[in-house]
Amino acid sequence: MATVTFDNATRQYPGNPVPSVDKLNIDIADGEFLVLVGPSGCGKSTSLRMLAGLEEVNGGRILIGDRDVTNLSPKDRDVAMVFQNYALYPHMSVADNMGFALKIAGVDKSEIRKRVEEAAKILDLTPYLDRKPKALSGGQRQRVAMGRAIVRSPQVFLMDEPLSNLDAKLRVQTRTQIASLQRRLGVTTVYVTHDQVEAMTMGDRVAVLKDGILQQCDSPRRMYDHPANVFVAGFIGSPAMNLMNVPVTDGGVDLHGHTVPISREDLGGVGKDVTLGVRPEDLELSSDQSGIPVTVDVVEELGADAYIYGSTEQKLLEATGENAGAVPFIARVDGRRPPEKGEKIYLKPKTGHVHVFNSESGLRVGD
Amino acid sequence: MSRKLMKDGRPRSPFSITVMALLALLWSIPTIGLLITSFRTRDDAQSSGWWTALFNPFGANWTASNYSGAWTGQDFGSGFINSLVVAIPATIIPIMFAAFAAYAFTFMDFRFKELFFLLIIAVMVVPIQVSFQPMLGILGPRGLGISGQYIAVWLLHTGFGMPLCIYTLRNYMSTLPRSVVESAKIDGCSHYQTFWRLVAPMSIPAIAAFATLQFLWVWNDLLVAKLFLKSENTTVIVKLQQLLGTQGQGQELLTAGAFISIIVPMIVFVTLQRFMIRGMTSGAVKG
Repeated sequence: MATVTFDNATRQYPGNPVPSVDKLNIDIADGEFLVLVGPSGCGKSTSLRMLAGLEEVNGGRILIGDRDVTNLSPKDRDVAMVFQNYALYPHMSVADNMGFALKIAGVDKSEIRKRVEEAAKILDLTPYLDRKPKALSGGQRQRVAMGRAIVRSPQVFLMDEPLSNLDAKLRVQTRTQIASLQRRLGVTTVYVTHDQVEAMTMGDRVAVLKDGILQQCDSPRRMYDHPANVFVAGFIGSPAMNLMNVPVTDGGVDLHGHTVPISREDLGGVGKDVTLGVRPEDLELSSDQSGIPVTVDVVEELGADAYIYGSTEQKLLEATGENAGAVPFIARVDGRRPPEKGEKIYLKPKTGHVHVFNSESGLRVGD
Repeated sequence: MSRKLMKDGRPRSPFSITVMALLALLWSIPTIGLLITSFRTRDDAQSSGWWTALFNPFGANWTASNYSGAWTGQDFGSGFINSLVVAIPATIIPIMFAAFAAYAFTFMDFRFKELFFLLIIAVMVVPIQVSFQPMLGILGPRGLGISGQYIAVWLLHTGFGMPLCIYTLRNYMSTLPRSVVESAKIDGCSHYQTFWRLVAPMSIPAIAAFATLQFLWVWNDLLVAKLFLKSENTTVIVKLQQLLGTQGQGQELLTAGAFISIIVPMIVFVTLQRFMIRGMTSGAVKG
């Protein structure tokens, strides 16, 4: 077990003007479960493959423990990887698949058998040890891929979207299993996913990437409560945070007659307007006609809660000039008394639950 | 009416089965004719068609003397052994080297990879005939001095078989899931281990298909064998051709000789075709 350090790690594919991973800096603690998340093409898989040694590092360093592994071949890094498509060896039995790395390393046969059986027990694969991968279900294949990693007891586990090929129910189930297994084994793990729910539920820390650049690396809670910029704010959370440009007034921002107070020093550096972010659950219906005017398009009733999908009027955003047209808006309301479709409502953010971003740079303003 | 389903789930069609059986029979008729004629006496074969013997099996004069005549009298026995000695290495050597090369072209990165591959494709269009003169020079007494020996023919078949083999195997290997090879890398395999333990076993359908082709090609080859093998090393096909040239009076031996020469290719085809199954990689990756 070991720490993992990305030190300005950069990967630029030949013929590509911009780096796919640009000066990535992350320190992963021993035994930590770090999730790399981001939209497709953000460089999360490339980062993982750089750590695995499958991708060249064009700049910076990667360390496992105190060892600089930047130029080592994959086999010398002592990492195990679970691939998105499992990458099982089709002509070998499950037991041979799991013991393959040990066999290559020249480990004693009885020792291999022992470790394979231990791993199979953890993963409920004991009855399938003599089967070929093609005789297994998708979930079982996924577990074999996990088992192959566990058997080696490597310093770092690397997982590249290992759940994306499972059906929805199995995915949720396996998600919990992997997280608890990781806690039990205590092996440093880097996990790549595009699913922010997976990221939030599994990781000790989550790193959000976009266009090869690290946006934020924090605990899921912190990420949710204090997104560092507009991108993270919109990416983390489901349904997504409402983001809108609003004009700055004296002592805060103005939401159609309702003023959200923001301290003067925080508003010091920003221009005429800021980007305001409010999560759907941090909104409440306004009794007077102040707040954000929303025309309800769809009401999703989920029993306890109801989600309102609507759009705000253009008027609110006139100050910016660019956001012409209606802006989609989502709010959570009490499920017992939801507004009707087509109704016009006014919503106010709960005090202390707004996120303010500089509308130019997208960076968070204040705490 | 309960129609059974075939293995792949399509309904069994009596029409297709009938047509296929008829076609198979039609295609086999020459071979059957050859087989029957090879067991008839010279007089019978010259006076009536082979089908008369088929319709009147007890009235025909069956004989095995054509086979004994060809095998011992015309020395088909040693030709047969020579053919095996030529064909087996001339199948294994090119495929082994080509598989190494195909692995490198598929899974390794090196400079001018595309250019080298293009060169190999280009070499495929060079006809074997244009190289006879230089090859006789290189392998002959003034060059390496191995002309006439088996090794000369092995080298020639290796050289002329490899380009197509590299091309075929590379195309097959590039369909193998890349992540499997990457996984092997992480599991600590060297290229050599990755090749022997993973890529070669997964490429068995393509290797078997090409081995069949190459074996049949080498076995049936007359040109190279005639030019580069001395007479005591020569193959069964060359013997057959000589039989045709010199024995105008021994036509009955020709049919027996021909049948001797096609037995091995038939056995090879029947045994190797079961390896040419699809789905060698099923279960490796999802989807």
